[in-house]
Amino acid sequence: MVEISLPKNSRPTPGKEWPKPPGAKRLTEFRIYRWNPDDGGNPRIDTFWVDRDDCGPMALDALIWIKSKVDSTLTFRRSCREGVCGSCAMNIDGVNTLACTRGMDEIVGTILVLPLPHQEVVKDLVPDLTHFYAQHALIEPWLKTTSPTPEKEWRQTPEDRARLDGLYECILCASCSTACPSYWWNADRYLGPAALLQAYRWIADSRDEATGERLDELEDPFRLYRCHTIMNCAKTCPKGLNPAKAISNIKGMIADRRS
Amino acid sequence: MASTQTAPKPPARPLSPHLGIYRFTLTMAMSIVHRITGVGLYLGVMMLTWFLLAASLDASAFAVFSGFIQSILGRLILLGFTWALFHHLLGGIRHFIWDAGYGLDAPEREWLAQGTLIGGVVLTLIVWAIGYAIR
Repeated sequence: MVEISLPKNSRPTPGKEWPKPPGAKRLTEFRIYRWNPDDGGNPRIDTFWVDRDDCGPMALDALIWIKSKVDSTLTFRRSCREGVCGSCAMNIDGVNTLACTRGMDEIVGTILVLPLPHQEVVKDLVPDLTHFYAQHALIEPWLKTTSPTPEKEWRQTPEDRARLDGLYECILCASCSTACPSYWWNADRYLGPAALLQAYRWIADSRDEATGERLDELEDPFRLYRCHTIMNCAKTCPKGLNPAKAISNIKGMIADRRS
Repeated sequence: MASTQTAPKPPARPLSPHLGIYRFTLTMAMSIVHRITGVGLYLGVMMLTWFLLAASLDASAFAVFSGFIQSILGRLILLGFTWALFHHLLGGIRHFIWDAGYGLDAPEREWLAQGTLIGGVVLTLIVWAIGYAIR
């Protein structure tokens, strides 16, 4: 359901202004979403000042700097710090992205950092992605075959392998799905761009022998057709992938097999 | 005996901000406007129905409609209806192109969105210019 305003308990309030680091010459102002289940109450937006001469260039560097130097309770997910693991996806400067690949220099002025949109917040910048992962599991993301297993590997021509480019690179960071207004309003039934791109990754795989069943599972007014080509997914993907195109391809395949 | 003390219920998790904080993109705005113009078309068709009913009844009924549509408010509504019609029509064509699997990449998707926006305004102006010219 479309719900434009946030529930009462979710509306952020002005938070704490943390002190500027003494002696710093180059400062960048960060406003960061905070919510601690142990405190209760509404989320708040804290202000931090980051000493750019003491810190790496990426937004994640700033978050780590704040956690080490200013407030050790600041909570966020991160792991690889090079855009491979997808852990540090969050909304930075109004756009979903990976904190580790988003340069502070790319943003003018104060940098607003929020959790991925329209998700339940576990703490600070950590959203609960249980439902998102369940949707990925629903599309059965593994090779399904009925032919006898070959003695060696399942062979594929270079051309067939090339059809997986732009699909296999997805790291399931959830930036696209949580950027999609249709997913915001219908996540209970709409699978969202990430799960659908993953679904197409298996549909497009020449070695997979369950294409028909996979399309059957997706042919549903909500699961697939809640995509209204709003395109936020393709614009926000930190890996430069195009879930909207993958969804369009699935719709096309379903239309083709009907005719 | 079961313990009478239960762990305090954790506070309900907040929902993270969404529409209010997401940086607007053209394609996102166009999707919203497409819906709004779609609703506007219903109202426009009601006006069209009024026109047809008035024209089929008698001169006095038509005079009421004619007086309304020639007033400033009437013209503004008609202008809005013309624009909504063209904007929605071009939006439909844009969606048709996307559904056929074309123009989904950057920068084509932006061109399509810009084309819908500009095209809707231009076609509206052309129709109104013709309308006033042959009046």
